[in-house]
Amino acid sequence: MSFLEAKGITKTFGGLRAVDRLDFAVEKGEILGLIGPNGSGKSTAMSMVMGLHRPDGGSILLDGTDVAGWSPNRIAERGVSMVFQHSRPLQQQTVLQNVLIACLPNRLLNLRVSPEQRDKAIEALRLVGLESEQDKWPSELPFAGLRRLELAKSLARDPQLLLLDEPFAGLSASEVREFSDLIRNLRGAGRALILVDHNVRSVRALVDRAVAMSSGQKIAEGHPDAVLADENVRRVYLGGAGSEHAGEAARIEAVGTPILSVSHLNVRYGKAQALSDVSLDVVDKGVTAVVGLNGAGKTSLFNAITGFVGAEGEISFAGKSLKGTPAHEIARAGIVLCPETRELFGDMSVLENLNMGGMHLAAADRKERLAFVEHIFPRLGERRSQFARTLSGGEQQQLAIGRALMMKPRLLLIDEPTLGLAPIVMDVISESIEALRRSGELSLLIAEQNMTFASRHADRIYLMEHGAIEWSGGADRFAAEAGARIL
Amino acid sequence: MTVSHLPTWARLAILAVLTALAALLPYVGLQEYTLSILTLGLFFAVYAMNWDLLFGYAGEANFGATFLIGTGAYTAAMMSSNGVATPLVCVAAGAGAAVIAGALLAFPALRLRGPYFGLVTLVAVLIMRQLIILFSDKTGGEIGIAVPDVIAIDSATNFHIALGAAAITAAILHLLVRSPFGLILEAIGQDPVNAQVQGFNIVKYKLAAFCISAFFSGLAGALMVFYLGTASTNVFVDGAVGVQIIIAAIIGGRRTIFGPILGAIFMVAAAEYLRPLGGPLSEMTVALIALIVLFFLPGGLLGLATILRRRRAA
Repeated sequence: MSFLEAKGITKTFGGLRAVDRLDFAVEKGEILGLIGPNGSGKSTAMSMVMGLHRPDGGSILLDGTDVAGWSPNRIAERGVSMVFQHSRPLQQQTVLQNVLIACLPNRLLNLRVSPEQRDKAIEALRLVGLESEQDKWPSELPFAGLRRLELAKSLARDPQLLLLDEPFAGLSASEVREFSDLIRNLRGAGRALILVDHNVRSVRALVDRAVAMSSGQKIAEGHPDAVLADENVRRVYLGGAGSEHAGEAARIEAVGTPILSVSHLNVRYGKAQALSDVSLDVVDKGVTAVVGLNGAGKTSLFNAITGFVGAEGEISFAGKSLKGTPAHEIARAGIVLCPETRELFGDMSVLENLNMGGMHLAAADRKERLAFVEHIFPRLGERRSQFARTLSGGEQQQLAIGRALMMKPRLLLIDEPTLGLAPIVMDVISESIEALRRSGELSLLIAEQNMTFASRHADRIYLMEHGAIEWSGGADRFAAEAGARIL
Repeated sequence: MTVSHLPTWARLAILAVLTALAALLPYVGLQEYTLSILTLGLFFAVYAMNWDLLFGYAGEANFGATFLIGTGAYTAAMMSSNGVATPLVCVAAGAGAAVIAGALLAFPALRLRGPYFGLVTLVAVLIMRQLIILFSDKTGGEIGIAVPDVIAIDSATNFHIALGAAAITAAILHLLVRSPFGLILEAIGQDPVNAQVQGFNIVKYKLAAFCISAFFSGLAGALMVFYLGTASTNVFVDGAVGVQIIIAAIIGGRRTIFGPILGAIFMVAAAEYLRPLGGPLSEMTVALIALIVLFFLPGGLLGLATILRRRRAA
């Protein structure tokens, strides 16, 4: 029997089925990779194992005991620990003190640190190579050092099952290698590990077995190479073989005058370079897609175009430079962003949400606009008086796009339109994107991790990696030419 | 070596020396009036330190400090005015009642997330105030309740009682926050999810912190009743007083325990000495000073010392 066995675990958030009857298991001494694009439900599945989310159904057998729905501290007592993607150490305590906390028993009368507890903490720091930094403040550690500190906090508890959430996010290539070696060594001592990652290449060599997820469901399981070669996995990451999906729209390779033109754009956040020398053209009255994994720089690009973050380089819209134009004027000029997080007003009705988008319009204009939106999304018309938060995931996405449309965009930027949506719901979004194209009113620029979806609609695709454009071209050539870069 | 790097025993030794020096104040020709202000300031310091334990460490904003203080004060006052017990027994009962009331309030409230805990504590003060007015035949209602007994008459002894309460509270809270218990509390305050994953039952620790805070707040509230000779809602059960406690703790320096002592004495002294300006103007001045400290010294008055030290070192 496996050390951990999750059977049919399910979790829904409002209308979104984040994890749908998922089964997986991990043995002692094994590293299991849980892979899938952003929003596929990996982290939610992990959180259910840790007890941070209570499953709506299914069982989680830990060494034979069903722990589904237990509080995290009881599950932690059973030997489970989790390393979070974002490290939040106590800033006023030293590195050693941060690890010491993890060694303390869950007891109120806890007035002295015993030498054994201190030794355990130092040993954990030694394992991750932070022994010599124990008296520093966390703020003095580099980014990778903080990640090591988080790992030390978990190791200090000597867990039998260690959950690692995106352990490589934000690390450089050499740091990824060092960290991989570190993780590989943890498997000894009969420890079971589960590693969650959206970047399949980095985990391929590390994991013994992989479970691939999409839209909350398991789509493949087995040896990592077999999983990466799996047809379903390739479709989720890359899109199908060109021919079967292409063709809903006439592909225009030669674009004519682009509505938006970005050249040599650079964005920096402190020391980190989010965009480097990005140039792209957005097809007028067509659909342009920027694809890439989480963290590739897609959202930074959108934020730079809409003026939410400062950037170096040139952006021109309908022939006019946007240099120095504040964000609200860019929006009024007709570039409207529908953000990844949707930002709906949950306690307002569908109609109220739409009217918030059309606030600046005259009454007659607004009415006409509303008719247009409800024509594109008939569902929103049916649900006018329903609270936004009670809508399903797909309907919320329609509402978010609809509200953006109320602002009369000439260019609509949609960040991750299919994030967290089930395949059947994606079809609905697909139809509405084609309906928008047919309306001939506006141009679309979408950011997507789902390459199938992107190649189904886009006249032109840009592949982003580490903040730079790595490939661009027509959708028909995408899978053949760019596929190897992703899987 | 700076104060923040000193071992705990050395810090407690400094506290003991400062307390001993402060105990001499009544004998160096200080005016009665000044002494009475310091006495009130020290009681206020106990409230502010205990607020700091909850906010600075456990990360919970308690807007109902006067719920705990008022429970202690009114328990002691009502027992004394009915001739049930001697003052010392009344004070002990006040502290005990505050812990019980605090636990009954906090146990359900701490299960709420986000700002709701703070709101529940605020509502608790409002309800308690209305109950006191509703049962005015027993509680004295809006007029207040006179306490026939006193612990001491002369101002020096009363000053020493307040000083002792503040010093003992400071020492115990300081030991607590420097202990593993304090470390866990701080971890919970900063990142409750991570703390749970490290195996800690966060409600248990927060409840313990709330009960400790309730004990000292109730104790000081009961002592202050015997000092003032009367318990009234405007002093002991008032949201505005709760806000002043918060301001005192933040001016002094949150997450320092000792800082709120400075903040509390400053607040009480400022309110007294600015009184000639007239009610609204003096309150406004104190509020402005608080605002300036919040903007420019987020670490509070004690944080100022740290900044100056760093500047010298640089």
